[in-house]
Amino acid sequence: MAETFSDLVAAEDVLLFVNAAVTASGQREFRSTADEQRLSLDFLHAYVRVNYRPLYAASLALDINDHNAALVVERLLRHADEAGPQEKRLEGRLVAARLATLPPPRVYRLFDALRAARVNNRRTRAVMRDWLASRPDLAHDAVKYRAGLKHAVRHAHLLPGGTELGDFLFAPRRRARYDDPRLDARRRARHEQAALYELPFTVAEGFAARHGVPRAVFLERMAPRMTRLERLRAQGRAGVPAAGLAAMPLTRLALYALSLGFEERAARRAELTGALRAAARRAAGPHAGTWGRVAAVLDDSYSSYGSGVKRRRPLAVALGCHFLLEALARPGGYAPLWTSGSTDPLMARPWGPTPLGARILDALETGPQRLLIVSDGWDNAPPGLAGEVLRVWRTRLDPERRTSVVHLNPVYDADGFDVRRLAPCVPTAGVRDAEDLPSLVEIAQFAEGRTGLAELRAYLDRRVALFLGDA
Amino acid sequence: MSRIDLAGLTAGPSQVWGGVRLVPLLRERPVEGLRLHEELYGDEYGRVVLGGGHTYTSYIPHGFVADWSGGGGAGGGPRWGAAYGTQLDTAAPECVPLRTHHRTARRVGGGDGRRLRFLPLHLALEGYLALHFGGPSVVWEEWSRQAVRRGLSPREEDAYAGSSVRGLAEALRVFEIHPGQCGVVVYAADALAAAFVVPHPDDYRALHPSLVRDLYGELVHQYALYGRPVPAFAARIDDAAGRVRTLADLRAAARAEELAWTAAHDGLMARDLLESPYAWERVHRAGPFALYRFLPTFQADRGGRHIGEVITDRKGRTAYLKTFRLSENQVRRGWVLRRLADCDWDVARTAEALGTGYEELVARVRRAGFGALLDAHAVARRARALREG
Repeated sequence: MAETFSDLVAAEDVLLFVNAAVTASGQREFRSTADEQRLSLDFLHAYVRVNYRPLYAASLALDINDHNAALVVERLLRHADEAGPQEKRLEGRLVAARLATLPPPRVYRLFDALRAARVNNRRTRAVMRDWLASRPDLAHDAVKYRAGLKHAVRHAHLLPGGTELGDFLFAPRRRARYDDPRLDARRRARHEQAALYELPFTVAEGFAARHGVPRAVFLERMAPRMTRLERLRAQGRAGVPAAGLAAMPLTRLALYALSLGFEERAARRAELTGALRAAARRAAGPHAGTWGRVAAVLDDSYSSYGSGVKRRRPLAVALGCHFLLEALARPGGYAPLWTSGSTDPLMARPWGPTPLGARILDALETGPQRLLIVSDGWDNAPPGLAGEVLRVWRTRLDPERRTSVVHLNPVYDADGFDVRRLAPCVPTAGVRDAEDLPSLVEIAQFAEGRTGLAELRAYLDRRVALFLGDA
Repeated sequence: MSRIDLAGLTAGPSQVWGGVRLVPLLRERPVEGLRLHEELYGDEYGRVVLGGGHTYTSYIPHGFVADWSGGGGAGGGPRWGAAYGTQLDTAAPECVPLRTHHRTARRVGGGDGRRLRFLPLHLALEGYLALHFGGPSVVWEEWSRQAVRRGLSPREEDAYAGSSVRGLAEALRVFEIHPGQCGVVVYAADALAAAFVVPHPDDYRALHPSLVRDLYGELVHQYALYGRPVPAFAARIDDAAGRVRTLADLRAAARAEELAWTAAHDGLMARDLLESPYAWERVHRAGPFALYRFLPTFQADRGGRHIGEVITDRKGRTAYLKTFRLSENQVRRGWVLRRLADCDWDVARTAEALGTGYEELVARVRRAGFGALLDAHAVARRARALREG
């Protein structure tokens, strides 16, 4: 066996980082504060960047969350001197590809962070230039993300003066009017109410307050210009039509459903369930119905409330997984087991303790081919029973591995620098969006300690090639 | 009755956060006919839970503040008061009126409406101890006039708010309340800090956040501050060859693990509270329920460091319980008072009973902080008389 001890450690470190980068968002969690989360995450980024830079860059191709993607890009650009020219070329492509998928506000925030850190090497300027060049409509960005664009442009020495956009950003009083309708609308909105409704919603909101436009009137007229999420947030207020649930991604939909009161959920049961099922089928894609008999242990204990800033996120992930697994399993071959004992997933609420051990026993009794556990890993009724049950099951009752068990954890444990595990014999993967479940189950197999660094590298290379469109 | 009877309550699996361990106490079914006074439920909660036409005996825990004017402030606006001692079955409880300053008034009256809150700390604890320790019952000449007239009140004792006990607030926040939970036992560094039992799970849910505003003794504060994180007592399934062959075996082993914990908790961890004898005083009786206050017996070799209040039903089972752990100093002081009370507050007779000298006992009383209760001249006269004859 060519694997050395350091290879195993490396594989473990990288998986640990991927788990963290999928789940952690630097926000408050149920059991740790935002500062603890950030401190812990900061260390992990530095550690992996210094020791495994190529793998660190490759993590951009995985389903890591936007917060961590931005952090990775920032650190790659800040510490450019650590990489050779060959590596830099690949890094550059990965960064560009990842930036293209990030939401623009986050990219502008990243550019601001680079500026604050005084990172202005040639590569950084090129990244900024290419990303701005690929924006479909800079005038729109200039109105909506004015400060962000201004800082980025100034930092990267772009946009020669004299153009209309340059004047808009840096010398707004130079021109009496603009040819571009959006820039001109922004100018007119200062004194003309009608111009409000040509602006993006977030910008118009401020002007509306200044003009004293009644909120209801404003929302009604603004409705067609809202983005999907803005409409989702504003719906239910006067004048805003209900947002279509059809195209929403699964976890977002689950979060939305859980944000409604119990009466409303009951009244709209058919609509919500239908939308969740449809989203789950979309997410399952070609895998639908191929997983055989599946049992799931889903955590709806009090801690799945998350925190004030990530409200009900763990519960929403569990709910999303419920519908996704229903779609993945053989028809009729799916057994959901909520920790509270509830049988009505749509009415889920974060409540009560976490008797994971007893639920896993119930799940194993259904004789599944796959068992998935979605939980934050704090098993407390009684503590540690889940780990013991899984250990005895693996060593005594099912040593031939007829049942594959995977634990998905939506919460990053700041003290442990990883997501919390249930048992050493059960692979644990971090999860942020329920949609990623199939690929996470794939990556979780590495966490079992049976596959080494070489295979992990091969897997990452495959994902990178797929991400960059080389494959 | 000499011991606390927690029949009907089972200890659930503990939840640990740092040095604080919280053990839930679960009831199969709530105690019928006794509920928290509805004035103490927040507006959003009260009517829903308590409606339904049943009649209840109500209780109000010590130190809780509410508006007692009745019927939403009819006649003369709200009358804020703090319950003085746990009250059973009263419409207008005995309470300490609260005069609020402008700032506190705004906090009490505004925003969060009528929420449960505790009395300012010092008032609560003084009241608590004064309720438990009366003054001299026989007017011997050694006792000062003040002691005879006012008893031991006012007494000063130190206690800490739950929010200043390290880790307690966080432990209570992340605690996952069990569905049938009617109480909790709080341990700091695995020393029993307080036990709290209510008759109904809804009452517990309403009162759980108030534990952080509760009082805890000096010892609890120090243990929490200096203690290391306590272990979680994780379950262990013994699967030595052949013991576990089927899923049913595994389930049985898991169940045995839970029962073992319950037995270990009651017999080992809560032993000091449950198995010590106490001195009981019945305060009030309402229907099948009786309210008692209890003190440790302060006997040399017996445990017991808790004072508290209990409401029991007809069979003597605990419906409501609240305890406060005394510090070692407080136990020592309590011992002196108890010995004096046993001999009808006759100092000379007490000294004889303890096998010490008169002056020694007087010094002891003074050291315990009760010097002001003694009439110095009378004591000196008596001491001289004893010395000379």
